[in-house]
Amino acid sequence: MTMDANLKPALRLTGVHANIDQYHILEGVDLVVPKGELTVLLGRNGAGKSTTLRTIMGLTTVKAGQIRFGEQDITGWATPRIARCGIAFVPEHMGVFGQLTVRENLVLAAVSGVMDEGRLAWLLDLFPPLKKFWDRPAGNLSGGQKQMLAIGRAVIEPRELLLIDEPTKGLAPAIINDLADALEQLKAEKVTILLVEQNFAFSRRLGQSVAVMNDGRVVHTGSMADLANDEALQHRLLGLGLGEHQ
Amino acid sequence: MLANLLSGDYPRSRILMVILAIIMGILAFGPFLFPGVRAFSMMGMICVFIILVASYDLMLGYTHIVSFAHTMFFGIGAYGVAMATASWGKGFDAVLLGAAGAMVVTVVLALLLGLLSLRVKAIFFALVTLAVAFAFLSLVTQLYPITGGEDGMRVHVPRELGPAFRPLDDTLAGFSLPDAFAALLGNTSWQEVFFEVRITGRTLMYYVAFGASVLVFLFLLRVVNSPFGKVLQAIRENEFRAQALGYNTVLYRTAVVVLSALLACLAGVLFALINRYVNPENTLAFELMVFILLMCVMGGMGTLYGSVIGVTLFLLAQNYLQDLLKLLVEQLPPDSALAHLVGPERWLLWFGLLFVLSVYFFPSGVVGQLRLWAARSPRTSNTPEAVDTDEPRTQYR
Amino acid sequence: MSTVEHTAVRGGALAGAVPAMRRFRDQSPHWFLLLGMMLAALVMMDFTTWLVLTLSGAAMGAMLFLMASGMTLTFGLMNVLNLAHGAFISLGAYAGATVLLFWMNDQASASSVWLNLASVIPALLFAVLVASLIGWVFEKLVIKPVYGDHLKQILVTVGGSIILMQLIEVVWGSNEIPVPRPEAFSGAVVVAGIALEKYRLLSVVLGLLVYALMTWIIERTRVGILIRAGVEDREMVEVQGYRVHLLFLGVFIAGSALAGLGGAMWAMYEELITAHMGDELMISVVVVIILGGLGSIKGCFFGAILVGLINLYVGFLEPRLAAVATVGLMVAVLMWRPQGLIPVIRV
Repeated sequence: MTMDANLKPALRLTGVHANIDQYHILEGVDLVVPKGELTVLLGRNGAGKSTTLRTIMGLTTVKAGQIRFGEQDITGWATPRIARCGIAFVPEHMGVFGQLTVRENLVLAAVSGVMDEGRLAWLLDLFPPLKKFWDRPAGNLSGGQKQMLAIGRAVIEPRELLLIDEPTKGLAPAIINDLADALEQLKAEKVTILLVEQNFAFSRRLGQSVAVMNDGRVVHTGSMADLANDEALQHRLLGLGLGEHQ
Repeated sequence: MLANLLSGDYPRSRILMVILAIIMGILAFGPFLFPGVRAFSMMGMICVFIILVASYDLMLGYTHIVSFAHTMFFGIGAYGVAMATASWGKGFDAVLLGAAGAMVVTVVLALLLGLLSLRVKAIFFALVTLAVAFAFLSLVTQLYPITGGEDGMRVHVPRELGPAFRPLDDTLAGFSLPDAFAALLGNTSWQEVFFEVRITGRTLMYYVAFGASVLVFLFLLRVVNSPFGKVLQAIRENEFRAQALGYNTVLYRTAVVVLSALLACLAGVLFALINRYVNPENTLAFELMVFILLMCVMGGMGTLYGSVIGVTLFLLAQNYLQDLLKLLVEQLPPDSALAHLVGPERWLLWFGLLFVLSVYFFPSGVVGQLRLWAARSPRTSNTPEAVDTDEPRTQYR
Repeated sequence: MSTVEHTAVRGGALAGAVPAMRRFRDQSPHWFLLLGMMLAALVMMDFTTWLVLTLSGAAMGAMLFLMASGMTLTFGLMNVLNLAHGAFISLGAYAGATVLLFWMNDQASASSVWLNLASVIPALLFAVLVASLIGWVFEKLVIKPVYGDHLKQILVTVGGSIILMQLIEVVWGSNEIPVPRPEAFSGAVVVAGIALEKYRLLSVVLGLLVYALMTWIIERTRVGILIRAGVEDREMVEVQGYRVHLLFLGVFIAGSALAGLGGAMWAMYEELITAHMGDELMISVVVVIILGGLGSIKGCFFGAILVGLINLYVGFLEPRLAAVATVGLMVAVLMWRPQGLIPVIRV
């Protein structure tokens, strides 16, 4: 197990329930995201993965349960407050402001008001297309470039936790590869990441620990290595969802 | 029998049922219960406005379409009759021709409005109708030779519907409710409670309006409880889902707008005949439109019974709240700030305040609130209707 | 195919102009419509009349822009439709009139430019102040409880509008109040034999200034970036750590202030005010924001100028049809571009 008893978890969800309209989406999620690791959240469509991320971010109201971030209980906080304590969120639709230029997107993301030159240079090195289209409206970028901007926006300032929802969705394999390289780099920086994925090859390459969701609950947690080596477990947990989405 | 008439859509609250029965009874025997001219004309207005507001509720309450052009169609009906009788004289043929012409114009305009703005965004419809209704108002005001401009037009009502027509030689006996009340308190003698009612063409006209009002109301109850009405409510709750189920929502909405406009036009026709005078202020003004909105919302959106309650409450307030405020202001030091706030001409201020508060706290209006109480009270909860009450809805999107 | 070749052979230079024209029409519909309308009007009247009407139309447009910009921005940013916006126009007019008529009447009726200015500027500032204060209260009490619910917004803002206008009547009485324009701003300047009204020139200049300022704020400043981002995707702005509600409150107050400014300008333009003037102006405001595309400042500016111009042009040709022409323009534009001239694209 990668979960070290000495290591404080970055994020801990305990018995979280959440609804969207009248639908009960999360039915008691228990999840621990270890600090400094990349945790992959797997599960088939509708299992509640995206809702889990949105709930952490305060975009979906918590009906019951508790969300702790480090030492703080952030349950029920407003989204901006959650963001300001160091959590960045890249939603499935990326949420890039299409009318704003790449530069303006990044300027906004730097909440402190100024962009650190060194960090910006590092970021543009990580995602070269952002430099190329610096003053173009983000709406004109390709899907992969938008994803880079979305992730770039999330890390323009140092964050303690990144929530990334299906970054590979709809991208070509070559671009997915680039993206994986970039995430590897972030991992090397010891940024804590919670990644929702359907693409198992991608998850296997990046993930250290893994949690699997089904019907609004976490049904399995463990190390990615264990899951990757246990085909029977893969089949039992992910049997349906994976093949279709690879 | 009653179930059939009301299309199975009961008031679902004992208090509401009693109030509705009282209103219905008073309207049915109105000319025999109130001797004054003021009460008579107010009851006529209640009948006309029930049609106007109930048809508005079909859009607002049942489909969540906000239109500011309802008075435009009302005005088209009213001016249609006024202009037709001005040109062709005071015959029923002129009235019918004018009404028919107004209906044609109404359908064309409503279709245009629906097709123009319902396909874009629901919110557009509100704004577009606001602008179009204003343009219409300005056109009517400007075209003095045809419409009489600000001065308006006298409506040449057929003789059979006018004050000079006497179908009966004798008078009938009336029982004055206000005087009976006074007599109960010992202020007047019981002899004065009975009065003579002379049946004239105006009485007949009142009953035409009353009959039309009842028929339109029952018709609308049928509409909203028909499969068509259920689709409308499905669109209101979730447009995407309704679309996914294969309903052409633009078509349905346009149909609602046209139907509602036609009924407003009919109300206008009746208004012209009963009021015998139309001008931009009493048929087309923006203020009137706002009043319709107030009546509809305060009575209870999406409950046709609400329109009856809303109309009655509002017209009572408009006619008598001012008297009440006058009494109140006489108790205050003259010319003080408070006296300005509660002066009789300030009745609208208080009504506006009441309106805003009711949107926040009783979004389903008087009727919704009464039904809520009825559903909570154990006495009525054994009836299935009371249990599966779908009001109040507090979330409109 | 053959018809295209045919025209190409026959038309020569013209053949190239048609596609260019079409491109211009599709890429800059606002300029296309504006220039087209001005040209059409020029054909129908003599040059001097046209010039005077164009200036007057632009002046009216400038004031409409002031009044409409706040409403379009609150809609764009927060999806809030404030139908009480007209009441803020009235409020500004009365606040301005109060300064001109009661507090600084000596300066206003003096025949010195500086003394006049010393009354007009406080009048405009007071209008801005009153409208923004009431705007702040209005947002807290009336608008905030009904975010995200268009139907309720329409209802409570209509109700709120009634209350505000009634309160205006409580404070200032229900009669019309004449507001004489200070002398320095009355009359006309004669340029090349054409008399141009001073006040209209001033309105155009002020309108352009506000437009330039707003464009600068929105295009160049951080707050502007935030506003544009908020118009596009409110939720993502919150995800970045910004409290959109505060931003919105600021925009709402600014919008109310601009409505008040526009109302005060209008009061001096018409020289007569009533509590219901806002209702009448609301119609033009609504046409302007629909024309321009709900939520777009640039569209709002062009929409306002277009409405001002068509009002004056048609008002000259056939006064009775001015309002109908204004709404007709809106209907025509909606049929051509259902989202307005410069729609705000939501990605």
